[in-house]
Amino acid sequence: MAKSVIIKIKRQADPKASSHWEEFELPYKPGMNVISCLMDIAADPVTRDGKKTTPITYDSNCLEEVCGSCAMLINGRARMACSALVDQLEQPIKLEPFSKFPVVRDLATDRSVIFENLKAVKAWVPIDGTYDLGSGPRMTAEEQEAAYPLSRCISCCCCMEVCPQFNQDTGFVGAATISQVRLFNTHPTGAALKRERLAALMGDGGIQECGYAQNCVEICPKDIPLTKSISEVGGAVMKQAIGDLFRK
Amino acid sequence: MASNPKIIVIGGGLAGLSAVIKIAEMGGEVDLFSIVPVKRSHSVCAQGGINAAKNLKGEGDSTWKHFDDSIYGGDFLANQPPVKAMCDAAPGIIDLLDRMGVPFNRTPEGLLDFRRFGGTLYNRTAFAGATTGQQLLYALDEQVRRYEAEGKVKKFEHWEFLSAVLDGNRVCRGICAMDLRSMEVRTFPADAIIICTGGIGAIFGKSTNSVVCTGSAQSALYQQGCYYANGEFIQVHPTSIPGEDKLRLMSESARGEGGRVWVPKAPGDKRDPKSIPQSERWYFLEEWYPKYGNLVPRDVATRAIFKVVYEHNLGIDGKPMVYLDLTHIDRKILDRKLEGILEIYEKFVGDDPRDTPMKIFPGMHYTMGGLWVDFNQATNIPGIYSAGECEYQYHGANRLGANSLVSCIFGGFVAGPAAVQYACNVAAAPSNGHFDAQRKHEEENNGMLMRSLGDENPFKLWRELGELMTKNCTVIRYNKPLQETDGKLVELLERFRRINLSDRSQWANTTVVFARQLYNMLQLSRVIAQGAAMRDESRGAHYKPDFPDRDDKNWLKTTKAYFAPDADEPKFEFEPVDISLIPPRARKY
Repeated sequence: MAKSVIIKIKRQADPKASSHWEEFELPYKPGMNVISCLMDIAADPVTRDGKKTTPITYDSNCLEEVCGSCAMLINGRARMACSALVDQLEQPIKLEPFSKFPVVRDLATDRSVIFENLKAVKAWVPIDGTYDLGSGPRMTAEEQEAAYPLSRCISCCCCMEVCPQFNQDTGFVGAATISQVRLFNTHPTGAALKRERLAALMGDGGIQECGYAQNCVEICPKDIPLTKSISEVGGAVMKQAIGDLFRK
Repeated sequence: MASNPKIIVIGGGLAGLSAVIKIAEMGGEVDLFSIVPVKRSHSVCAQGGINAAKNLKGEGDSTWKHFDDSIYGGDFLANQPPVKAMCDAAPGIIDLLDRMGVPFNRTPEGLLDFRRFGGTLYNRTAFAGATTGQQLLYALDEQVRRYEAEGKVKKFEHWEFLSAVLDGNRVCRGICAMDLRSMEVRTFPADAIIICTGGIGAIFGKSTNSVVCTGSAQSALYQQGCYYANGEFIQVHPTSIPGEDKLRLMSESARGEGGRVWVPKAPGDKRDPKSIPQSERWYFLEEWYPKYGNLVPRDVATRAIFKVVYEHNLGIDGKPMVYLDLTHIDRKILDRKLEGILEIYEKFVGDDPRDTPMKIFPGMHYTMGGLWVDFNQATNIPGIYSAGECEYQYHGANRLGANSLVSCIFGGFVAGPAAVQYACNVAAAPSNGHFDAQRKHEEENNGMLMRSLGDENPFKLWRELGELMTKNCTVIRYNKPLQETDGKLVELLERFRRINLSDRSQWANTTVVFARQLYNMLQLSRVIAQGAAMRDESRGAHYKPDFPDRDDKNWLKTTKAYFAPDADEPKFEFEPVDISLIPPRARKY
């Protein structure tokens, strides 16, 4: 018998509907990934027991693990579907939407909270304008090599999904945003907003919520040194908080 | 017009975000529409870098040489003044990006580092590792987020553009768009709109493009009366990694940093590539093009690989693949300058390119053609502007590597202010009735798709389209198959009318959205196939073995397709190319 791929997918018709599982069996092809499986299902949406169903709704775009769209739980692990190669996965492959973000439909979730968080911490360099003002600040190769890995964060939210502290009760901002604070606070021009960024990380939902579980750094698909960012930014927040006390 | 001009920008890649920033800076109000959250736009896939003649390596580079390389690389099909303006602006754009915090690689002195790319002899390409597009997009995304926080920009993410709203005088007054979650169809008024919707890769099934790059918006506008120019010019990137779901790009920067392309000299040589001695390897690009070597322009490299694989039958293991070899380069240098792309190869293929040569093959990558625009980025419909890959202006018959990022940003920087200026002077619409009519028209389109009870699956039709277009409308073109392709496209359009959606629900229904895109892909495919059939010459990426030479006497002209609604097909006009600055010369690398 020809080789096949068995996939179980947790489905949910809309944000309020209850979820259920569907199982699919696809002909195996070399080089398959989870995305190509979902594409094959769309072309022939029939479950393993022969029932007609609908194509799976999921987020995707670049399929090169650089846009951050296709994050989901694959065999229980938060990761990008495009880089999940079928040959490296145990079958049946289990696909679920992220558990800590509102489900839109099937595997698509609403992760807009990360963009709101980036807004709250002013994750940008406050330039004067786009007119010609000459070159940027001179930076050493070492400074660039420290900044670049932080700047590769794809906002996939894997680090938030696996964080025990990231939930409705704490309102924790999550590792990705804290790491962006570190990135912008170390940029020569970005540092102008350092105090405001650190202030945004104080109080409820701020950096104090971190319980040092270290799940974030372990799961990050881009190997960003998230715990290092948290400890550096945490120290700066603490220093600023104490300074603020004395200034009162 | 209200006190503040209101502009709608569609698409949040580099071109769209650049336009947004300029408009917000000028005091305009912007509604920004995007299918995906803008930080997830296709610009993130650009890898190798961005060109600007900063001349920081003491090579005597100049913006004129950048201009000349771009025109020559594009085989003299681009109108020259806007290309010159882009090359002149490029060094300032790099400075601006540097100020925005893009982590460009640095020299030991702390200055911006530059590397060499295809089609030039100068180190002219600034880069941030091998994820330059991602880094540039993030910098612009951050600036737009700042304007969003200030209330100057309103984002509509997870919305798809369906069509422009035109008044009785055929002036654009806004857009009709669909919420991809609630499926609601709505119209939005604006004084002007800017289309920045990127590439058309999905027309070719598998390409290096992202999922959203369907060309649907461009096609919709073409069907509403916009000219579509030079559609037949499709860039096939010489080095991509074949995959089940897509073709992943292996950046030209791999060759810019010294990567060498080769095949074993003996057909079907099954030895481990590392064990094949130098004398038994054929570095065919270096042999055929001693001056530029592995860094010939993309169309030239792609045809060379095709020749080696299909005429000399020297593909690795008899398959359509050649080696791209980095193993002779120091690992530390590779990690510092190319990590992002090496990681892609490692993750998706499973081999470490630091240890073993990569297996690559050409893949559809970019469209030089696109919406026709004038030097102010205005289309022929008043109130509709366009910038980025979706318009045709900067790359002629073949785009040079690392020119796309600069053309996107420059185009956006021109389009934004031009749209604001237009908006400040445009007279009020004669009536508002066209909004309701357009919305009803699009709702009816959705309804027809939802009700259709035929026997055709849109995803299967799409696979047929992709195979057809890749086979006949990419690297090597012959007239008979091109004409047959158009016939098959007509058949596919017929079959589309018998579509049957496997999902008829009214929430986050990706099937109906895809069906709409597919229809637009089919219509635009005819522009590509017919344009290619007509142009009996070889120029840049357009290569016909039956007409192997460039024919300036008959074909130094821009193809302009327009949609004839009565005939439901493209018609063609031609326009002379502005060659006022550099006289055409033979293109020989």
